[in-house]
Amino acid sequence: MANVAGIPVYKEIGATPAPATDTDSAPVVIVGAGPVGLAMALDLGRRGHAVTVLNRLDFVAHCSKAICFSKRSLDILDRLGAGDAVTDKGVVWNIGKVFWGGDDAPVYQFDMLPVKDQKRPGFVNIQQYYVEDYLLDEVSKLPNVEIRWGHAVEDVTPGPEGVTLDVTAGGQGYRLHAGWLIACDGSRSTVREKMGLDFEGRVFEDNFLIADIRMTHEMPPERWFWFDPPFNPGRSALMHRQPDDVWRLDFQLGWNIDREAAIRPENVEPFVRAMLGEGVAFEREWYSVYTFQCRRMARFVHGRVIFAGDSAHLVSPFGARGCNGGFADIDNLGWKLDLVLRGAADAALIETYNDEAIATADENILNSTRSTDFLTPKSTASRALRDAVLELAGEHAFARPFVNSGRLSTAVSYPTSLLSTPDAETWAGGVPPGSPVLDAPLEDGWLLDALGDDFVLISHGWDGTAPEGLMRLEVSGLAAERLALPEGGATLVRPDQYVAARWQHPTTEAIAAALSRARGALLKGDACLH
Amino acid sequence: MSALTLTPNLSGHDDLYQSLVALHEGLSEEDSLKVWAKLALLLANHIGDRRVIEAAIAAARPAA
Ligand SMILES: Cc1cc2nc3c(=O)[nH]c(=O)nc-3n(C[C@H](O)[C@H](O)[C@H](O)COP(=O)(O)OP(=O)(O)OC[C@H]3O[C@@H](n4cnc5c(N)ncnc54)[C@H](O)[C@@H]3O)c2cc1C
Repeated sequence: MANVAGIPVYKEIGATPAPATDTDSAPVVIVGAGPVGLAMALDLGRRGHAVTVLNRLDFVAHCSKAICFSKRSLDILDRLGAGDAVTDKGVVWNIGKVFWGGDDAPVYQFDMLPVKDQKRPGFVNIQQYYVEDYLLDEVSKLPNVEIRWGHAVEDVTPGPEGVTLDVTAGGQGYRLHAGWLIACDGSRSTVREKMGLDFEGRVFEDNFLIADIRMTHEMPPERWFWFDPPFNPGRSALMHRQPDDVWRLDFQLGWNIDREAAIRPENVEPFVRAMLGEGVAFEREWYSVYTFQCRRMARFVHGRVIFAGDSAHLVSPFGARGCNGGFADIDNLGWKLDLVLRGAADAALIETYNDEAIATADENILNSTRSTDFLTPKSTASRALRDAVLELAGEHAFARPFVNSGRLSTAVSYPTSLLSTPDAETWAGGVPPGSPVLDAPLEDGWLLDALGDDFVLISHGWDGTAPEGLMRLEVSGLAAERLALPEGGATLVRPDQYVAARWQHPTTEAIAAALSRARGALLKGDACLH
Repeated sequence: MSALTLTPNLSGHDDLYQSLVALHEGLSEEDSLKVWAKLALLLANHIGDRRVIEAAIAAARPAA
C-alpha cells in the first residue's frame, strides 16, 4: 500500500526501513526522487560517488505531469544511459502547428529540429512516470546509490561542513548528516521552506484543464495548438500524442473557476466531444486542473545546500521547460560536484552552477512569461495586439513568427561563462564557447555519444599533443563542419557537452590553460572576495 | 543618436492623416485597437531594423 493516500500509483516500491541507529551520515544526500533527483543520483553515481536519495513517497506516482522531453534532455539521458529506453517508448515529433479559429490550415508552424542528421529528434512525448522508471532502472544498477523510499525530510540545519537533516521514516525519526545536500524536492520544497529562502516571481490566475484520455486516433505525431477554436471559444487548446494510445488534451478554462467541479467527468467530457466529435470513443486516464507560476529562487547555491529542478525554479508548461530545465541543472552540476568531491577543484566551481543554472532558469522564465502574455493577454490593448498578429498571420508570412503558442525548450547557452576561454580568432559560425556541441553523424555512430562524460578535445587533423589525461576525439566531415573546425583546429568540450574553448591553431599550452580554467582554476581568488 | 527619423520625411501629410482617420471609420474601439496594432506590425516589419523600431517605441511612450 502506498504510504500517502490520494495520489495515483504507477509503481509500488515499498518503504525502506529507517536506519538502525538514530544518527546516520552520508557524503551526498539528494532530497526527492522525482525525475531531477533521480537523474542527479544517476550522474553522481556513475561517477563513482556514494549517494543517498530520500523520497517522501514510497512509490512512483501516476499523474498528468511532464510529457514533452526535449532533444537536449534526450542527449543528457543518453549520457546517463537512459536515452534509448525513453526514445524507444516515446512518440517522436519535430513539427508544431498552430491553428486559429475553425480553420484547418495552420496559421504558423515550426520545426524543433531545424538541423537534421542528429541522433535525437526535437522532442519525444512520454509520460513522466516512464522517464522516472527508466532512470530508476539505471540507478538500480549502481550499488553506490541508495534510495530510501518513504523517508521524508522534516527539518534542515545547515552548517559549514555540511547539513543535518531530520528525517522521518514509517513514523520513526532519525538524523542524517550530509556533506552536501541537493534539494530536488519539487515546487513545494521542504528544504527551501525550512531554510527560510525566497521564491520570487509571478503567479498566473488562469486555469487549464488536462484531459489525459485513451483512444485510438489517427493524427501525425505533431504538437497541435489552437487559438479560439470552435470547441473552446475565446480560449486556447493543445493536443499531444503520448505512448500507449494516450492523448493529452489541454483546455484553457479562464479565471475564477470551481476547480473541483472542473475535473468531474460530466464537465470534462463535453470538452473532449466538442473537440473530437460526438461519437468519439475514449476512456479517462486522468483529469486535472493546473495553474502556473513563473518564479525562481534568488540563488540556487547556499553553502553546502544546492537546489535543482522545480525546487529552484518554476515555469508554465507551455514551453515544456520544467523538467527539461531540471535536467539541464543536474547536467551542469554533476561534473562540477564530482571534481569538488574528488578534491580536483575548489568549491568555488559550484558557484558557476549557480550562475549557469540561473541563466538557464531566466531564459526559461522569460520565454514562458512571454508565451503566457500571448496566450492570455492581460489588457484590451495586448489582446488587440495578439489578435492582430493572428489575423495577419493567416494572410502574410511576415506575421507568423510573432505567433507564440509556447517557445519550446532548447539548450541554453552561457555566452559569458567564467569557465569559457573567449575566442581569440575570428570564427565564421560553428559552436562558440558556452554553447553545447551540435550533434553530427560520426562513422557508424554519433558525435555526442562519442563524447562520454569527461572533458574531451575534439580535433580535426591536428597533429599536436593534447595535455596529459585529456581524452581526444578526431573528427572530420559533417562533425568538423558543424563545429566550423578548419584542418588543424580543435574544440575543448566540458563533461556536459558544452564548448569551453576552440582554436584554429591550438597549442598544448593553450589547451592546458583552457582546461584548467574550465575546471575553475581562475575562480579561487574571486570566491574569497565574497 | 538613434537612426529614427524625427524630421519631416514624407509629403501629403493631410492625405495621410485622412487615411488614418478613415481606417477606423465604423469600427468599435476594440477593433480600432486591433487595426492600430496591425498597422504597427506591418510597418515594423517593413522597417526591419530593430533599433529603429525600439527608438520609435521609446519616442511614442508617454513621458513618465
Ligand atoms: C500539467 C503539467 C505538465 C507538464 N509538462 C511538462 C513537459 O511537457 N515538459 C517538462 O519538461 N516539464 C513539464 N512539466 C513540469 C515537470 O513535471 C516538473 O518540472 C518536474 O516534475 C520537476 O521534477 P523535480 O524532480 O524537480 O520535482 P518533482 O517531480 O516534484 O519531484 C519532487 C520529489 O521530491 C519528493 N519530496 C518532496 N518533499 C520531500 C521531502 N520533504 N522529503 C523527501 N522527499 C520529498 C516528492 O515526493 C517527489 O518525488 C509539467 C508539469 C505539469 C504540472
